[in-house]
Amino acid sequence: MMKVLLFLVFCLPGLVRAEPLKIGFVYVGPIGNAGWTYAHDQGRLAVERALGDRVRTTYVDSVHEGPEAERIIQQLARSGHKLIFTTSLGFMNPTLNVARQFPDVVFEHATGDRRARNVGTYNARFYEGRYLTGLIAGKMTKSGIIGYVGSLPVPEVYQGLIAFVQGLHKTNPKATVRLIWINSWYDAAKEREAAETLIALGADIITQHTDSPAPVQAAESHGIYAFGYDSDMSAFGPKAHLTATIEEWGPFYTQRAQEVMNHTWTSRDVWGGLASGMVKLAPFSDAVPQAVRSLVDEARAAIISGKLHPMTGPIKDQKGVLRIKKDETPDDAALKRLNWLPQGVGATGG
Amino acid sequence: MVLESALLDATARSATPLLLAGAGELVCERAGVLNLGLEGLMLMGAASGFVVASASGSMALGLATAAGAAAGLALLYGLLTIHAALNQVACGLGFVMLGAGLATVIGRDAPGQLPAGVSLGGIPWLERLPGVGHALFGQDVIAGFAVALVLIMALFWRSSKLGLWLHAAGDAPDAARAMGVPVRLVRLMAVAFGGAMSGLSGGYLSLIYTPMWQEGMTANRGWIALALVVFAGWRPVPLLLGAYLFGALGKAKEFAQALGLAISPYALDALPYLATIAVLAMLSRNRFGAPRALARPWPS
Repeated sequence: MMKVLLFLVFCLPGLVRAEPLKIGFVYVGPIGNAGWTYAHDQGRLAVERALGDRVRTTYVDSVHEGPEAERIIQQLARSGHKLIFTTSLGFMNPTLNVARQFPDVVFEHATGDRRARNVGTYNARFYEGRYLTGLIAGKMTKSGIIGYVGSLPVPEVYQGLIAFVQGLHKTNPKATVRLIWINSWYDAAKEREAAETLIALGADIITQHTDSPAPVQAAESHGIYAFGYDSDMSAFGPKAHLTATIEEWGPFYTQRAQEVMNHTWTSRDVWGGLASGMVKLAPFSDAVPQAVRSLVDEARAAIISGKLHPMTGPIKDQKGVLRIKKDETPDDAALKRLNWLPQGVGATGG
Repeated sequence: MVLESALLDATARSATPLLLAGAGELVCERAGVLNLGLEGLMLMGAASGFVVASASGSMALGLATAAGAAAGLALLYGLLTIHAALNQVACGLGFVMLGAGLATVIGRDAPGQLPAGVSLGGIPWLERLPGVGHALFGQDVIAGFAVALVLIMALFWRSSKLGLWLHAAGDAPDAARAMGVPVRLVRLMAVAFGGAMSGLSGGYLSLIYTPMWQEGMTANRGWIALALVVFAGWRPVPLLLGAYLFGALGKAKEFAQALGLAISPYALDALPYLATIAVLAMLSRNRFGAPRALARPWPS
């Protein structure tokens, strides 16, 4: 009798409940309270909420994109994590290297384009959100100059710039974009400096493809408008922040974790946008008029239904060369190769 | 005119942290101690200043903490390198990591930004000075303080007892000792002063320039400040000019880009460093001006 009781107490829970799946997250920045890494960590918390004690999550933040990353990913793999998300472009090679050493661990690398049998990739179509913010900017700028704080000249950023200018010119064909590259994803002081310069040059709306809320803060202190990025940044500029292109990674992370638990995971590329809810707009501030909101809602619905693609031609580059022909829409492979600035960026553009 | 004044304001903002850290390092190196740990000390100042200012709601207390915390860390560096005669290069590099690590721990739970109303105003009557008035005194007092500090240093550089002690400790510690100069004490105080200025520079970044704490937010400004000291040939007035030149080059890069000039951002980013190399190449060896006992343990 006693033995049966002991068996029930100690072994049965183990039989009923499988070991929790250990999931690791590698972040490039500090979690903080806004921005890229913050958004990914919100995704991690969403997995915990959705799957409860069937999963255990761990994260390592502020990991440099280099040899250190490989060591940390390796450590996670070695300590029993069966699913590891690496959330920055620069973690691509370290992830692939570690994946070769741990064939039964599943890796998911954000924003990269190289996969392996046990490495999948995922990214969000930020450009869809940027098209919508472009529409708003065109309606709300008075000076006709938008300041754009750029990070690194890579396709993802070019996509955003082109889509933004497409939206901007839809509602305001004469408006121009002034752009500063800060050569970093995340450097609060440089982002602030760049925003200040853009404002000094007449920009009355600031938008950013960088990860700290510093540009929004700069806009707030000059009494102008701004769009946040990655996460709702309205706390950093209650008056300035019109909306933000934000990402919601939670549902994707949860789905992937479930697939790994059910042994149905396969290596593939996921590029989610407004339609799948991976990209969203933060709530509009009171400064955005009703007419503009309706316009944005219409465009959003059209993008979701597939009727509208932000990158439909004709689109010319800065030098006036026709890069995307009339009524032509680049496919995903072409989008991932974009490396030119559209007309409308720089003093001579537009 | 509006654009010019914006450019001037922006130049002063980006030059100030370089000037503060550079001035501290100048004194430190003049006394013969090379402190490569500036970046770590700046981060230490930035994090501790931010945490204290946001908890207390006092900007002055925040800046004082920034300077004090970094000075404390610098004193430790001084004890290790001056009194225990550890290798200054290795120890300095260690302090970059130590400072950055401590700053991360201190700033871990820091709020995203300062509470409203915590700010530092300018000086109204100096702000109206023609030309540089607004850039130096209109935005915040620290920009003006940094310039005044370096000008005062220049005034006493070669003509006061303290200035001469500093030079003696850095050029000829044995002779200085024989003349009754407390070499170790002078060096230790110079190191502490250097730390305080680095900390203030970090505090300027996290409290005034970009009012928020972010890990690694100094973004290599400590290293640029180190280069500036060499660039200036270890003299205060060239340091001032250099800091403003570096600041202006950084801004020129942004303006060029924003105005659509087709210049590679990478090439523009390299300008301050290229300028340093160019100046080093131009200075002849004997006019170089490095303290003769720089980075050497003493007594040897």
